[in-house]
Amino acid sequence: MMGNLFSYFYQFADVFSFLVLSAAGLAIIFGMMGVINMAHGEFIMCGVYVTAATFHAGLPLPLAQACGTLVAALIGMVLEVVLIRPLYNRPLDSLLVTWGLSLVATQGTLVLVGSTFPGIGTPGGGFEVGGYGFSVYRMVLFAASLLVLAFVYLLFMRTRFGVHARAVMQNAGMAQALGVRRSQVYALSFGIGAGLAGLCGALYAPTMSLIPTMGASFIVEAFVTVVVGGSSVLLGTAPAAAALAIVRTGLNAWYGQIIGQIGLLIAVILIIRVLPDGFSGWLAKRES
Amino acid sequence: MPAEPVLEVKGLMSSYGATPILTGVDLSIGEGEIVALVGRNGVGKSTTMRCLIGLLRASGGTIHYRGQDVTRMSADERARLGIGYIPQGRDVFPRMTVEENLQVGELIGGGRQRSRMDLVFQYFPILKERRKQVAGTMSGGQQQQLAIGRVLVGGPALILLDEPSEGVQPSIVQLICRVLRSIRDDLNTTILFVEQNLDTILSLAERGYVMEKGRVVARLEPRDVSQEGVRRHLLL
Ligand SMILES: Nc1ncnc2c1ncn2[C@@H]1O[C@H](COP(=O)(O)OP(=O)(O)O)[C@@H](O)[C@H]1O
Ligand SMILES: [Mg+2]
Repeated sequence: MMGNLFSYFYQFADVFSFLVLSAAGLAIIFGMMGVINMAHGEFIMCGVYVTAATFHAGLPLPLAQACGTLVAALIGMVLEVVLIRPLYNRPLDSLLVTWGLSLVATQGTLVLVGSTFPGIGTPGGGFEVGGYGFSVYRMVLFAASLLVLAFVYLLFMRTRFGVHARAVMQNAGMAQALGVRRSQVYALSFGIGAGLAGLCGALYAPTMSLIPTMGASFIVEAFVTVVVGGSSVLLGTAPAAAALAIVRTGLNAWYGQIIGQIGLLIAVILIIRVLPDGFSGWLAKRES
Repeated sequence: MPAEPVLEVKGLMSSYGATPILTGVDLSIGEGEIVALVGRNGVGKSTTMRCLIGLLRASGGTIHYRGQDVTRMSADERARLGIGYIPQGRDVFPRMTVEENLQVGELIGGGRQRSRMDLVFQYFPILKERRKQVAGTMSGGQQQQLAIGRVLVGGPALILLDEPSEGVQPSIVQLICRVLRSIRDDLNTTILFVEQNLDTILSLAERGYVMEKGRVVARLEPRDVSQEGVRRHLLL
C-alpha cells in the first residue's frame, strides 16, 4: 500500500521534473523576447557534453554540472549578441536562425566528437519503500526542478534585474525611456534561458547515453510544456508540468508507456482548445 | 552671460514612415523654468516629446541637453543623463505593483543617486497606501500620480510631461500642479509640459510655445499666459 502510493508520487515527480527542467529555459526565452528557440535541444546537449567531458577530466560531478550550465549560458549570451539581436522584430527569421544553429550544433558535434561519447554512471544508488526499489538520483532531479522554479520566481519577482526584465516585457519602449538598457536585459535573459537548458542537460547527463542528436529527446516535452503553459514560467510552466505529469503518470500506470505518450499529446490538444493562451494567459485573465 | 539652457532644440524634424510630422521645432528652456507646449490636436506635440526622449528618431535638427548633443542617443542613455519622460496615456507597467513601477524610475539620472521613493510618497500619499497594488487596476488619476512619481524617484533635472490632465479629475490635477511647482521650487527641476486644458496651463506655465502643423510658430511670453493670451493662440 505504502509502496504503491509512493510509487505513484515517484513517477509523477519523475515526469514533472523532466518537464520543468526541459521547458524552463525555453519558456524564459519565449516569454521575455518572443523568440522560439529551435536550438533549445542543442543547448541541453551542450550541457550534457560539457558535464561529461569535465567529469571525465577529473572534476567531481556537481562541479562538472556547474561547468555544463555555465558554458551553455555563456554561449547563449554570445549568440544572442551576434545572431539573435538583429532579429527581434522578425520572429520567423529568429526561428529559422535558431533552427540553423541547431543543425550546425548537431552536425558539428558529430564531426568533432563522433557519434558516441563515454557516459557517466548514475550516482546515488537506490532506496526502498514498501518493498519497491527507487533511484535516489531521480529524487535529486525532483528537488532540482523545485529549486529551478524557486530560482526563477526569486529572480523575476525579488531582484532589480527581475523588475527591469518585467518592465521590458510589459512595455519595452517605456522601460527604455526610464533608463532600462533593453539589450542588456535581453542578453542576460537569453543567457539565463540557455543556462537553464544547459542545467537540464547537466542534470540528466548521468542518466542517458550521449549522442549528438540527444537534444531531440527533450524537445517534444519542452515545447509541449511551454505551449500548454503559455509565456510565463511562473504562472505557466509549473502548473502545465504538474497537469501533464498527472495525465502521463496515470495513463502510464494503467495503460503503459505508449498510451501515456499519446495521451499526453491528446491532453495538450484539448487544453489548447479550452485555454488558447495556455495556463498563464488564463490565470492572468482571471486576475484582472 | 545667461546660463546655458537645459534644453535647446533647433530645427527638429521627424516622420512616421514616409509621412513627415515635425518640420522644424525650435525650443530653448533654461534651468528651473516651467514651460508649456500648446497647440491643437494632431499638430505634433506628442511626437515632439517622443523625439526629445529618444523613442522616435530625429530625421533632422539637433537636441542639446545641458550643452551635450543627445540627438543620436538612445532613450535609455538620455534617461540616465537625467531626463524624465511621462507619456500621454501614462503607460504605467500594468502588471507590476506601484512600488515596482517606482523602482524602474530609479535609473533616471544614472541610478547611483539615493532613491527619492520616500519623497514621492510624501507628495502622493495614495501611492504609499497602494504600494503593493497592481498598477493596471488603479484609476486614471492614480496612474498619473504613479507615472509622475516614477520619474521623480530618480531625481530628474528635466521633466517632459505630456497632457497630465487628460482623463484625470480636477482635484487630482490641482494636486499634480502643486507637486510639480514645489519640485521646481525645492529642486530647481526644469519642466516642459504639453497641455490642452486652459486651467492647467494657467496654473502651471510661466511661458510657452505654440505649435501648428509640425512646427513652433509662436512664443507665449509670461504676459501672454492669461485667459485671453492662450485663447488667442489656441482658438484663432
Ligand atoms: N504612431 C503613429 N503613426 C503614424 N502617424 C502618427 C502616429 N502617431 C501620431 N501620428 C500622426 O502624427 C501627427 C501628430 O500626432 P501627435 O504628435 O500625437 O499630435 P498631438 O500630440 O499634438 O495631438 C498626427 O497627424 C497623427 O495622426
Ligand atoms: Mg498628444
